[in-house]
Amino acid sequence: MSAADTGAALPRAKIEWLPALTPLLVALLVAPFVGSFSTFATLTLAGLAMGMMIFTMASGLTLAFGLMDVLNFGHGAFIAFGAYIATLVALPLTGWAQSDSLALNFAAFLLALAAAAAVSAVLGYAFERVLIVPAYGQHLKQILITIGGSIVIEQLLYALFGPAPIPISPPAAFRGSFTFGEIALEKYRALAMMVGLIIFVGQLLVLNRTKLGLLIRAGVENREMVEALGYRIDRLFIGVFMASAALAGLGGALWSFYRGQVQASMGAELLVLVFIVIIIGGLGSVGGCFIASILVALIANYAGFLAPKLALVSNILAMVLVLLWRPRGLYPLSGR
Amino acid sequence: MNILSHDAPRGWRLRVVLVAVVTALALAPFLFPGAKAIGVAEKICVMALLAASYDLLLGYAGIVSFAHVMFFGMGSYGVGLALYGLGPSWGAIVLGAAAGLGLGTLLALIIGLLSLRVQAIFFSMVTLAIAYAVNVLASQLSSITGGEDGRSFQIPDVLKPGFKLGEFVGVAVNGRTLAYYLVFFVCAALFLALLRIVNSPFGRVLQAIRENPFRAEALGYQTVVHRTLATCLSAAGAAAAGALNAVWLRYVGPDTALSSSIQIDVLVIVVIGGMGTLYGAVIGAAFFVIAENYLQALIGKLSVSAGELALPLLAQVLHPDRWLMWLGLVFILAVYFAPTGIVGQLRAKD
Repeated sequence: MSAADTGAALPRAKIEWLPALTPLLVALLVAPFVGSFSTFATLTLAGLAMGMMIFTMASGLTLAFGLMDVLNFGHGAFIAFGAYIATLVALPLTGWAQSDSLALNFAAFLLALAAAAAVSAVLGYAFERVLIVPAYGQHLKQILITIGGSIVIEQLLYALFGPAPIPISPPAAFRGSFTFGEIALEKYRALAMMVGLIIFVGQLLVLNRTKLGLLIRAGVENREMVEALGYRIDRLFIGVFMASAALAGLGGALWSFYRGQVQASMGAELLVLVFIVIIIGGLGSVGGCFIASILVALIANYAGFLAPKLALVSNILAMVLVLLWRPRGLYPLSGR
Repeated sequence: MNILSHDAPRGWRLRVVLVAVVTALALAPFLFPGAKAIGVAEKICVMALLAASYDLLLGYAGIVSFAHVMFFGMGSYGVGLALYGLGPSWGAIVLGAAAGLGLGTLLALIIGLLSLRVQAIFFSMVTLAIAYAVNVLASQLSSITGGEDGRSFQIPDVLKPGFKLGEFVGVAVNGRTLAYYLVFFVCAALFLALLRIVNSPFGRVLQAIRENPFRAEALGYQTVVHRTLATCLSAAGAAAAGALNAVWLRYVGPDTALSSSIQIDVLVIVVIGGMGTLYGAVIGAAFFVIAENYLQALIGKLSVSAGELALPLLAQVLHPDRWLMWLGLVFILAVYFAPTGIVGQLRAKD
């Protein structure tokens, strides 16, 4: 596309470090105001864990946009849907979750997450086939149609499960906190952090180190060329969209365990958060999304502690500042 | 046809429907006396203006905003809080409307300059986030806005039902009638102004940018400036609609002025009415508000019968609270099968 792409030896892309360091800078900037080190460390750890949960949800959206050029306003509905599926699986398994056996605890938790991801992926498949296929390449139509789809899904969730929040709690082994001296870290947050990190590393590896990732990236660059080489790019893209929906469902499940309740309106709230994250990160960039998730979660945590009144708008302020500095976000994809 | 900016509705069916709607609205207090009917007519006027100003963005500039109701709310809260704080006077109405309009336009300018530099899709996401934040703020800053409860306030006596003017063709004319005509005429005037805008050279450039931003830019039009200006004009129109609605309701609160369901309503009205034609906003609003007020009750009755027939899921799905779901379905079908909306259908049959 651009002139640089056609050079004989592709120059290694220059990595800019400053945007990646923003979470660290924010942490260093805030540290003196927090006062005690233990409070600061507790806040930071909690923020990192929250960031990983947000990343799980946001990466799905940014993946679909970056690879398929589809901006899915129905992502929030997938998040809520995944949370309900996790609840449906977790409630009958309450016995496992309450037992003393760590293995059974893990099994209940992982089953709930896996079901949330799998069923969301199926919903994503239907959503893509029915709604998005006729709107490829037309942003306006995509936005309208995915909004319509998200309204219908959200209302169906209301109709099926009622408007009242359903309580849900993580398995017994993941309640309570680890304490290191004065520093506390909720066990569940540590677990969520692990899940988020695994997903991040997994995404990077699949996209950059496998043939599948190579094909997907090639398909983004030049769809027809990859098709001419004999690969079914449309199937590949359905797969990407299903993965995106699965990540939304998984993130919704993680989030609902963390919040302790599930309700249909959570989708709309989280969609706003997820949008802020991918705007800050740069549309379509997985790495940027990772940095932005941490940044947003840290800022929300610090603001919640230092200036609770400001916490509500702190994310928006962060977004505005980042956009003033880098109008396309921290790590924009080139060429778009 | 100068008053219509040489953009008369094409197609005789469209003309007939439009003339019928506008006549019904103009004579509403006399044709449909009764508190509910006139409330419906008022809502049609306000929604028509709100949807028309939204169409300037969605239909003509091709960008999706989720903050349109936020601007509507700024107009509402401007007038509402001014009347609440300063007491019922025309000065307060003007001051409040000006403040709401000014603030809304300024915010639109900032949002536009911030997010339209890159891609129109950015704008959609940024407006969604900012509208959400403003919504939360309005609920939280209860010392100023009244929080979730909102604020009730008094309006000048001339606009109240107690102000009797006598009878006309057998219908009592009072302050409420005057208030309705205030809403009707201001909405009509602003609608004609919007019609003027979309038919001006500026409106043509907007359409050009919608069709092909690169080409428009290559021809020397600054897309950012045009899109941002459209955002500001659209925000001002929404704020004006909000101000009128607040005067009519004598109340302002998150549910009537900022709720995201109004945003969905506006989107549905514009798409069902027909994007890219302001007449679509009028017809869409009339269609939508009437359906909302009369069809919703009918579906509710179906839901009750389904409940009696022991079909709980059907009863749930048909419940009046699930109205939005049916809207969503109609909306999806409209986007796919009738992208030109009702207006397009009426024209096509010619």
